[in-house]
Amino acid sequence: MSEPSHIKFRNPADERPLAKVLLIALSLAFLVFFLFLPLVSVFVEAFRKGWEEYYEALVEPDAVAAIRLTLTVAAIAVPLNLLFGLCAAWAIAKFEFRGKSFLITLIDLPFSISPVISGLVYVLLFGSNSVLGPILKSHGIEILFAVPGIVLATIFVTFPFVARELIPLMQDQGTGDEEAALSLGASGWQTFWFVTLPNIKWGLLYGVLLCNARAMGEFGAVSVVSGHIRGLTNTMPLHVEILYNEYNFVAAFAVASLLALLALVTLALKTILELRFGAGAAGGRH
Amino acid sequence: MDVKINNIRKEFGRFPALNDVSLKIASGELIALLGPSGSGKTTLLRLIAGLDFPTAGQIFFGDEDASHHSVQERNVGFVFQSYALFRHMTVAENIGFGLKVRPASTRPAKAEIRRRVSELLDMVQLSGLEKRYPNQLSGGQRQRVALARAMAIEPRILLLDEPFGALDAKVRKELRRWLREFHDRTGHTTVFVTHDQEEALELADRVVVMSQGKIEQVGSADDVYDRPSSPFVFSFIGESTQLPVELKSGTVLFQGEPLGITEAGEGPGQMFFRPEDVELSQAYDALSGKVTACRRLAGTRIAEIDIANHGHAPYHVEIEVPLHAPVELGSDIRFRPTRWKIFRG
Repeated sequence: MSEPSHIKFRNPADERPLAKVLLIALSLAFLVFFLFLPLVSVFVEAFRKGWEEYYEALVEPDAVAAIRLTLTVAAIAVPLNLLFGLCAAWAIAKFEFRGKSFLITLIDLPFSISPVISGLVYVLLFGSNSVLGPILKSHGIEILFAVPGIVLATIFVTFPFVARELIPLMQDQGTGDEEAALSLGASGWQTFWFVTLPNIKWGLLYGVLLCNARAMGEFGAVSVVSGHIRGLTNTMPLHVEILYNEYNFVAAFAVASLLALLALVTLALKTILELRFGAGAAGGRH
Repeated sequence: MDVKINNIRKEFGRFPALNDVSLKIASGELIALLGPSGSGKTTLLRLIAGLDFPTAGQIFFGDEDASHHSVQERNVGFVFQSYALFRHMTVAENIGFGLKVRPASTRPAKAEIRRRVSELLDMVQLSGLEKRYPNQLSGGQRQRVALARAMAIEPRILLLDEPFGALDAKVRKELRRWLREFHDRTGHTTVFVTHDQEEALELADRVVVMSQGKIEQVGSADDVYDRPSSPFVFSFIGESTQLPVELKSGTVLFQGEPLGITEAGEGPGQMFFRPEDVELSQAYDALSGKVTACRRLAGTRIAEIDIANHGHAPYHVEIEVPLHAPVELGSDIRFRPTRWKIFRG
C-alpha cells in the first residue's frame, strides 16, 4: 500500500514557512530592542557599581521619603478610584439615564489628554491666582506643591482603569442575577455583596492592578503639581528625574529599577490571574 | 393567594407596553400569558412581581394593595427565562440563598436551611446534585434548580418567564407535564409567560391571550380555540383561514358569489374558519378552487387550494379533507365552512 506521504496538506490560513519565520523574527527583534533591552539596561546601570551603591541609593533619606510618598499616594488614590470606578461602572451598566454617553466620554478623558494638562488643571484650580487657592490657603489648607495636589492629580490620571475594565463586563452580565437576588428577598447591599461582587471580582482585581501600576509610575501630572521639594513632595518618578539631572546615574537607575520591578510584578500577577482563571480573567469573566 | 390587576398601564419612554389591562387570577390557578413578542406579556409578569412598576393602575395581592410594594416585600417566586442562577454558588447555595439573606430575626438556623434545601431538591428530583455548580447541569436541571430556589422563600405566587424557552423539544414536553403535577401538588397560584400556544393550551387552567399591550381574550383552552373573541385570537391560536366577505340580507358573499351559508347582518366583514371545520360539497353556492398541493398529515389529509371567482385574485387556503375523498392535484374542488365566525367591519 502506497502512503501518499509526499503530499503535504497545508492549512490555508497558514503562511508560507519563510513568511512565518520572518514575521516571528521581526516581532521578536522589535520586542527585544524596544522593550527588553531598555528594561535590562535599567538593572545593568543600577548595579554598575555593585550592590553597595545600589543599596545606598535606596536607603538614602530622600529616596526613602520618595518611596514612602509614592506608596502613600497609591494607598489613597487606588482605593478611591476602586470606589469611583465601581460606582461609575455600576451606573453605566445597570441603569438607563440621560447623559450616559457623556459620562462614558468623561471617564475616558484622562486617557485622551496629556498628563501635563491634567496637572495644569489643578494649578489653575488651586494656584495662587485662582479663586479657590487663596481661600483654602487662608484656612491653612495647601493643595498645590503638597501631598493633596499629588493625590488629586494621580486620582485624575488613573480614574479610567477600574471603570473601563468593569463597564463591558457588567454590561455583558446584565441585571438578571441582581433581579433574581432581589426577588429572593435580598437587600441592595446583600445583592451587591453576594451576587454582583463575585461576578466581577477578577475584572475588578485586574483593573486595580493596572490602576496601581499607573498611580505609582505617573510622572507628568504629578510633576506639574508637586513642586519637586526633596524629601517632601518628590515621588519616585520625580526623584529619578532629579537624580538623573544631577548625573547621579547609579542612584537614578536604582530607584528606577524599583519602578521596573513593580511593572514586572504587575505583569506576573496578571499572568497568574489569567492562567488560574482562563483567558477570560483579563476581560474579567471566570 | 388571588391576584387582581386593575387598569394597569405601563409606558417605556413614551411607548405604551401595556394599555389598560385588567385581570383577576383566582387562588391556586395556573395561568398562561400567551402572545407574540412585543405583546406585553413579560412586562405584565414583571409588574406582578414588582420588578417593574406601572405608570398607572393597581395590583392587589388578596385584599392588599401591592402596587407600591418592592419585589422583596411582595414575596413572589420568580423563575427567569435564562434562570439567572448564581454561577459562583453551588446548587445548594443557590436554593438556600433566599433563606440566607433573611434578616436575623426570621432567618432559619443553618441546619434548618440545609434541611429545607434537601427537601426542595427532593421535590424537584435533583437530590445528590447539591454540590454541583450551575455550569455542570443540563438545561432542564438548571430550570428545576431555578424553580426550587424560587420555592424556597415560600412565595405567595409563582411567576415563570418563558419557563421552557431554552430547552429542546423533548425535555420541554417532559418538564411541561412535570410542572403541571408540581402545581397540582403544591397548589400555588402560578402565572407563566409563553409564546408557544401548544404549551399554554395544554398546561394552563386559563389562557390570557395578549397582543400589542392589550388582553384580547381570557379563557380556557376550549374557549380560546373554539370561541375566539377577536380576529387576532382566531388567527393566532391554531390554524385558520381568513376571507373578506360581504353580508347581504342574511347570506354570505365572497367575491360577490354566495357561499351557501347564512348569517344575519349587512355589510363587509372578515370570515374565519378552521381547516377541519369544512365539508366538501357539490352545490354551486360554495367556495370553489383548484387543488395546488396535497399532503398527508397524521390521520388526515391537508389540501392547499387557490380559491377564486372570475376576475379576482386567488386566495390561498388550506383545508382538511377525508382520506378517502377524491382530491387530486389540479382538480376543481368545492367546499363550505361548517363552523365559522365573521367579524364585522
